[in-house]
Amino acid sequence: MTTTTEKKKSDFYQNLTTTEINVDSKDRALAEKVCEQAIIPTTKNEYWKYTRLTKLTKPKYIQQKEEIGDITSFVIDQDAFTLVFVNGFFNEDLSSKNKPSGVEFKILSEKEALPPLQATIEGALFTAINTKYLCDGVELVFKEKNQVKTPVQILHIIKGENTISNFRVLVKNERFSEGQLILGEFSEGGKTKLSNIVVDFKMEEQSKLHVDKIQFEDEETFHISTENIRQKKNSQFTINTITLNGALVRNNLNFEVKGENCESNLNGAYLLKGKQHVDNHTVVDHQVAHCNSNELYKGVIYDKGTAVFNGKVFVRQDAQKINAFQSNGNVLMSDYATVNSKPELEIYADDVKCSHGSTTGQLDEEAVFYLRTRGISEDSARELLIAAFIDEVLDMVQNENIRTFIDKIISARFHQNI
Amino acid sequence: MTQKKKIIEIKNLHASIDGKEILKGLTLTINAGEVHAIMGPNGAGKSTLASVLAGREEYEVTEGEVLFDGVNLLELSPEERAREGLFLAFQYPIEIPGVSNINFLRTALNEIREHKGETPISAKEFMALVREKSKIVELDAKLASRSVNEGFSGGEKKKNEIFQMAMLNPKLAILDETDSGLDIDALRIVANGVNKLRSDENAIMVITHYQRLLDYIVPDFVHVLYDGKIVKTGGKDLALELEEKGYDWIKHDLVNN
Ligand SMILES: Nc1ncnc2c1ncn2[C@@H]1O[C@H](COP(=O)(O)OP(=O)(O)OP(=O)(O)O)[C@@H](O)[C@H]1O
Ligand SMILES: [Mg+2]
Repeated sequence: MTTTTEKKKSDFYQNLTTTEINVDSKDRALAEKVCEQAIIPTTKNEYWKYTRLTKLTKPKYIQQKEEIGDITSFVIDQDAFTLVFVNGFFNEDLSSKNKPSGVEFKILSEKEALPPLQATIEGALFTAINTKYLCDGVELVFKEKNQVKTPVQILHIIKGENTISNFRVLVKNERFSEGQLILGEFSEGGKTKLSNIVVDFKMEEQSKLHVDKIQFEDEETFHISTENIRQKKNSQFTINTITLNGALVRNNLNFEVKGENCESNLNGAYLLKGKQHVDNHTVVDHQVAHCNSNELYKGVIYDKGTAVFNGKVFVRQDAQKINAFQSNGNVLMSDYATVNSKPELEIYADDVKCSHGSTTGQLDEEAVFYLRTRGISEDSARELLIAAFIDEVLDMVQNENIRTFIDKIISARFHQNI
Repeated sequence: MTQKKKIIEIKNLHASIDGKEILKGLTLTINAGEVHAIMGPNGAGKSTLASVLAGREEYEVTEGEVLFDGVNLLELSPEERAREGLFLAFQYPIEIPGVSNINFLRTALNEIREHKGETPISAKEFMALVREKSKIVELDAKLASRSVNEGFSGGEKKKNEIFQMAMLNPKLAILDETDSGLDIDALRIVANGVNKLRSDENAIMVITHYQRLLDYIVPDFVHVLYDGKIVKTGGKDLALELEEKGYDWIKHDLVNN
């Protein structure tokens, strides 16, 4: 469904070099075609209605390798097994050496052939770019029947003017495996950068994965994430997307729930300031019966920030006994802050329990007053109330180290911003 | 006889909201060690007085002066008033989901201590204080650590207000209909709690409609607030008289004077 208005050719990726990684041949052909058509989605396109790509498509991006000296400030969990990627390329020196047992990893450029991508390439320009111009990435496998207690932490840092990073992570949870993954998305200097990250999650029968994704890039970084989760029966998947900074951030999260008795949890928290734009687009596709999905996204928007939430839940005709819960809440901290929230349910089965809701409002001034009458300053009162609001999501991050990392950033933010 | 220390002096206070004058020249002095009851018909301006003293910004003070322990109260922000030792137990305490009672009280206590040039309270001391003070109003320890008033019954909310008063140890506590919503036992417990907090150093303003509370918290003075002014002042017997006769005779007297 391309309309004429979308046929705006652009050359923002024409200076890139085609990947030498052995991506799947069908994927490559499709990616070539999509890139050739060069259709930049405009806001006329429903999928991009509230997110303008004009600024993002202005620079002429290049793929480039960069060095970084020190990753201390990017380490989210110091006890995790860490793999570091700079501009999409593996940095072995900065990565951990002692891999925990039960999980295997392989750098994509070292693989004979990549499996076909789960994420759709057709009509998806950024996934096509990621495929045709892939920098590098990693494949992670949680081995059958292994419970891996040590979290795997993948840190991605983008650096240097006009850098594009086409980075890919392929995660496979084999049958009865259990793991934790931390995705840290950072930046280190340089104007107009683009992180274009694709992650596939394959959840085999009875497997379990908890993902905490922390986005903390600078105001010169555009970010497009595309995550595709395919769940087989009895699998449990949780992802918490915590967006703490960035210029324009678009997270596409697609769940295909293909087996019965699955649990899918997707939560998000975002704190926006300046002219930041954060867009969370989620799809949960319940294709079979007896599954639960829980979705909770909450955000606080300061200044001229814009938050977009679009959450779709499909319940197919045969998918009876589904419990699907979806909610989005926003607090506007300024008269210029904007929210576009669109929770959607499309239900074709009759025996399901679904609920969705969306709220947008200001901080409760009565509560601010109440706290002040107890001696708490106005700033602290607001901080307490914002924390209370966002904590409902942050509490889903169970790993203490990650929570400490997030709290530090938020607290620093309060003390310079308010 | 040595002169008693004045805790608060309200002089000819006029206050309005949305252009409507509610307080119309209210004068009242409360000394250290005293309990003053404020009674009066619905809509007379009792809660308005409490709100204006606590610093609610919607109200505009158009005339008059309030000295709180010698300080010009009306120039202070709500938090500064609290730090100077003013406390309001709300008629309708609100619920604040996600903010734990304990956490916010600790923040409050420390901001008050900082204001006084004192060091922050240690976690251990604080918890000991919570245990001690929650006993005074027999507030369930579980309630003390839950979100502020969230899911509390009406009576529990009122107890929680007095618990906070106990924690913050104010110079002047204004209790706005703290008795409403309390069952008979809870009323006695809360009133006894308030009595335990009384001292020669502090003072209490009790806003109430009923004599019952004043059986427990015995006032030194009873004032009738009517149409934005104190129109009658008496001893504790005035409350009994009001209970018996209502407010009509006072309105009548006013018209005839
Ligand atoms: N925003 C407002 N605009 C106009 N009038 C208001 C506003 N807020 C309060 N009032 C009025 O102020 C008057 C005093 O109210 P207040 O709550 O102080 O009464 P009260 O003496 O505490 O009564 P009660 O015994 O019922 O608690 C009432 O007539 C009320 O309607
Ligand atoms: Mg009242």
